[in-house]
Amino acid sequence: MDDVLQQLVGAILAIVIALAACVAYFWGTNWLLDRVLSSGSSSGDAMTKRDNLRSSIRPWLFLFPALLFLSVYLIYPVFETVRLSLFDGSGRTFVGFGNYAWALGDPNFQRSVLNNVLWLIIVPSMATGFGLVIAVLADRLWWGNIAKSLVFMPMAISFVGASVIWRFVYDYRGEGDLQIGLLNAIVTGLGFPPQAWITMPFWNSIFLMVILIWIQTGFAMVILSAALRGIPEETLEAARIDGANDFRIFFDIMIPQIWGTIVVVWTTITIVVLKVFDIIFAMTNGQWDTEVLANLMFKWMFVNFDYGRGSAIAVVIMLAVLPIMIWNIRRANAEQGTR
Amino acid sequence: MTTAVEQAPAIPRASTGRPSWLAGLTLGRALTHLALLVLVLIWTLPTAGLLISSLRDKDQLAVSGWWTALTTSETQGVTRIGTAEAQVEEGGRYFIRGNVFGTDTNKTVTAFGLSNAAPGAEPAGGSVEMTDGGAITVQADGAFEWASDAPFAHTRGPRIFYVSAIAPRFTIDNYIEVLTASGVGRSFINSFTVTIPATIIPILIAAFAAYALAWMRFPFRGLIVALVVGLLVVPLQMSLIPLLSLYNDIAKLFGATDGKTYLGVWLAHTAFGLPLAIYLLRNYMAGLPREIMESARIDGASHFKIFTTMVLPLSFPALASFSIFQFLWVWNDLLVAMVFLGAQQDKLVLTGKLVSLLGSRGNNWEILTAGAFVTIVVPLIVFFALQRYFVRGLLAGSVK
Repeated sequence: MDDVLQQLVGAILAIVIALAACVAYFWGTNWLLDRVLSSGSSSGDAMTKRDNLRSSIRPWLFLFPALLFLSVYLIYPVFETVRLSLFDGSGRTFVGFGNYAWALGDPNFQRSVLNNVLWLIIVPSMATGFGLVIAVLADRLWWGNIAKSLVFMPMAISFVGASVIWRFVYDYRGEGDLQIGLLNAIVTGLGFPPQAWITMPFWNSIFLMVILIWIQTGFAMVILSAALRGIPEETLEAARIDGANDFRIFFDIMIPQIWGTIVVVWTTITIVVLKVFDIIFAMTNGQWDTEVLANLMFKWMFVNFDYGRGSAIAVVIMLAVLPIMIWNIRRANAEQGTR
Repeated sequence: MTTAVEQAPAIPRASTGRPSWLAGLTLGRALTHLALLVLVLIWTLPTAGLLISSLRDKDQLAVSGWWTALTTSETQGVTRIGTAEAQVEEGGRYFIRGNVFGTDTNKTVTAFGLSNAAPGAEPAGGSVEMTDGGAITVQADGAFEWASDAPFAHTRGPRIFYVSAIAPRFTIDNYIEVLTASGVGRSFINSFTVTIPATIIPILIAAFAAYALAWMRFPFRGLIVALVVGLLVVPLQMSLIPLLSLYNDIAKLFGATDGKTYLGVWLAHTAFGLPLAIYLLRNYMAGLPREIMESARIDGASHFKIFTTMVLPLSFPALASFSIFQFLWVWNDLLVAMVFLGAQQDKLVLTGKLVSLLGSRGNNWEILTAGAFVTIVVPLIVFFALQRYFVRGLLAGSVK
């Protein structure tokens, strides 16, 4: 009990100290800057010079802590991981592209890439599709907001929690026993034999994907629902007057109008999929051919302690993310230009 | 904007003569209701099943689906009758008595038998001839009585097979067990220890940076914004190995065995949350009205003053959005906690604990369901209480 109390006191202290340090830093450096470079009693020319110097230093004072964190925790590691991926497991002997060559020939790596591709094709499309359908349906019904809230709820649940929830749905008892898993109860209720879903070749990956689709659909739905509301009512009304039915309106008006948003949702879910780790780790840990890159990387890092191979797999994940990253940056830059 | 839609459908449907609540219900609308209902059920039933199961009696949970929680469930059992030593003599007859359930009073016997193949051969209250002599009677409450005219001499008690009914029973025993015996209670505290500082620390750091990127003019500003946008999607996997080495090196410097501390996790989560924090806050601050900023500047207010007295209070919705994101992300995180805090039992956060329970108690659904619900209940409360800010943050972070 004592160590629990100590731990909680430590956490509260950490908050207080961190906040105090932030305030002290920001307030202190600003005060110092104004003090050292005060525009006090000097003549006009020197004053302007000091003013300019001050306003060119201040942004960096504001930015410094954030940039420090980003550099140490995100930027430096990217370069270090790339460097480590060219070394052997201990990080001392340079092996060039040896780790990548190993990866290409490793059946587990090949299986992971294949599975990741499947995940990338299925999860973003299903989550976006379901999200769009639910958004459209919910916007037309009086209880739509309650429905949206319920579909959105899994967004708050951890991947591990969701894994337990779905493992319960997929639970398997031998044939003849009473099934307590929902899916097998339905299957046996329809007169088919129960299935061990988690060990079923190929399909087991799909059953794991269902978990992520279940979580991400809420995200897609919320974003797409907002975009749908942004479609000018006159456009929809004009189509209705022209005699377009609901399906025509959906495919010919709504989808083209929100296409940009659909792409954003799609890419965001794609990034989540590329990094997915918890679900595999909790459900199968890569057994029965369900391995994916993020879990494989974790194994090489923490089970085999081979930092070279682990880094090489991390770099492969990074390379897969890179196109979306560049596209995002371009988009952000374009917006800045118009503002 | 909406007036046109509201009026349009009313005209053709006015004179159908159906009851008013049916007036708007066409086949298409009914299908819409049905389709959405099915989808909502798919999205909610798995969680509902978990919650209901976690509150059920663990014997029932193991033998029947959660959808039967309100009905009486049937199970089969077997018990071994005492040997000859347990017999008592009453009026020249010999008896062996007992209860098939021991002390468990929740169940009733519906039928019993002497072989595994036919556990329900005789209804409760009836009697069956025994091969060792005499006859046995099993009552509905589980009490059995084996009576014989001759003394018993067997050294190995025969078995009775029975079918029992368990009345529906809800209990919080599962929660008491996971919170105390299984160590989930400790993990709950650990999760809070990790989450609260990791949510609060990044806010000020990000807010200052966001203000600079939104309202100050300086070289490389565009580059830094692009960098932040890029870092938003960098996989965490890229950071793990170098940071772990770094932490271990620092720990060695201080003479510690490994670098797995709460401080390390807080700082890591702070850094990993910063790109999103800066991005969200910058977008929000950039949207604040330019006139207010400029008139304050003309009045001689410094950037520091404008930020602390005007921008920070005005940015409250964005700060709230980010805090909710960060809270949910840190609470639900497994990877960072496992890498930087380790897998020792007393340092496991809830997600890590749940994974370890999946491994060690994978078939004890009463433990898993209750443990999982303890894990998800805090985010669910935060989510339902602050959904508005959460949605606003999602929209600001994605649609542009």
